Amino acid sequence: MFDWTTMGIVFALLGAVLAALMGGIGSAIGVGMTGQAAAGVVTEDPSKFGKVLILQLLPGTQGIYGLLIGFVTLTQIGVLGGSSDISLAKGLLYLAACLPMAIVGMVSAKWQAKAAVSSISLVAKKPDQFGKSMIFPAMVETYAVLALLISILSITSIGSLSI
Amino acid sequence: MLLMTEEYIYAVARVRSRELGLLSRQDVDQLMACHKVEECLRVLSDKGWAAAGDVTPEEVLAAEEEKTWAFIYELTDDLTPFQVLLFPTDYNNLKAAVKAVVTGVEPHQVFLPGGAVEPELMLRCVREGDFSPLPEAMAQAADNAYHTLLQTEDGQLCDVILDRACLEAVLACGRESKSDILRDYAELTCAVSNIKVAVRACKTGKNRAFLEAALAPCGTLDADSLAAAACKSLEDLYAYLSATPYGEAAERLKESYSAFEKWCDDRVMDLVKDQKMNPFTVGPLFAYVIARRNEISTVRIILSGKLNELDDGMVRERLREMYV
Repeated sequence: MFDWTTMGIVFALLGAVLAALMGGIGSAIGVGMTGQAAAGVVTEDPSKFGKVLILQLLPGTQGIYGLLIGFVTLTQIGVLGGSSDISLAKGLLYLAACLPMAIVGMVSAKWQAKAAVSSISLVAKKPDQFGKSMIFPAMVETYAVLALLISILSITSIGSLSI
Repeated sequence: MLLMTEEYIYAVARVRSRELGLLSRQDVDQLMACHKVEECLRVLSDKGWAAAGDVTPEEVLAAEEEKTWAFIYELTDDLTPFQVLLFPTDYNNLKAAVKAVVTGVEPHQVFLPGGAVEPELMLRCVREGDFSPLPEAMAQAADNAYHTLLQTEDGQLCDVILDRACLEAVLACGRESKSDILRDYAELTCAVSNIKVAVRACKTGKNRAFLEAALAPCGTLDADSLAAAACKSLEDLYAYLSATPYGEAAERLKESYSAFEKWCDDRVMDLVKDQKMNPFTVGPLFAYVIARRNEISTVRIILSGKLNELDDGMVRERLREMYV
């Protein structure tokens, strides 16, 4: 007979994988989109490479956040060393804790990329407005950071729960 | 749709950079301030136009048109969204091919460059009476126009058939497109062409049958009502137009025909100006081509004015709104 109580580590690992996977997918799509726009601007004016490169990299942070959440989770659940004896409830909690970063990471990377592509267009026409152009996609970053925060707080607190 | 949105990111970014080189109102004023064509060409050369050396104004304008399309060809292999701009050239060349074959005259400098279909192909199709190599709608129109011209020897009827087929092709292309700007441009082009046909027909006293054959049905103008009004008088035509979204066209027509033509071009410019804020889709590419055509047309008006020593005021009232 299948023993559900042994599945805690599986769900916890699933959470870690999802955070890294979905954040990575979002960032890959985002950086790909901004990369196309940046290449378009540099084709016409190579002197703008530095400015558009920074804008291109903005949607890349969600992938890093996802990796961070994945790494912290792996450490907490004992996959990287220590005890990996996790109850089903804790496993599900780790999975739930990883979801904010996984989902918000993927969605925000895509939308941040759209804002960054628009900002690259702005820099193409008005290079002196580079500072302002950074702010628009950076606003989207707020929500990825909030998701990162809540995921980290949750993951680091689950271990001390007595369930 | 998602893919379509993201398909043009690279192209739009390049277009944004190129838009910096478009002529602004200040550049137009600078051109107007020049006394001679040669001075205008120097100013244009400084702006990156192919106007340096021993070139004629027509060569400069043709080179710029060619540069625009070369840029678009570089950006995308799929010219479908640009068909609405290429159809008028194609159908004009088709008219020339049909008339050349029927009258037995060897065509010389009658074809316009830059169409989607090679004029030589059209000529061969008409000569062989086999239109199948042409796109379907164009083949049907060519067949119809060719046999009508053979039977009636009426060149105007041949023009009417092909002009209407062109407008229908433009409308169909706009409607099939997922892009709002293409759909609106096609609709505006068709409506404006219908108004031009109705005004000319009214002034030359054409009958209802002619108008019904010439007017292409479009969404914002009822072809039957337009034909009925044009058969009565210019006042009736203006009154009908006043009750449509093209009420301002009637006002401009009362002013002068050139004021109406400027109004038409300015409406197109109003339509595409929003694309300056759009970083995705084919819209900005389409708007860029329109903007380039508009500035070439503006430069043509200025150079013609300078060549013919026209009064500055007369030239200025014909100058189009600029994209940037």
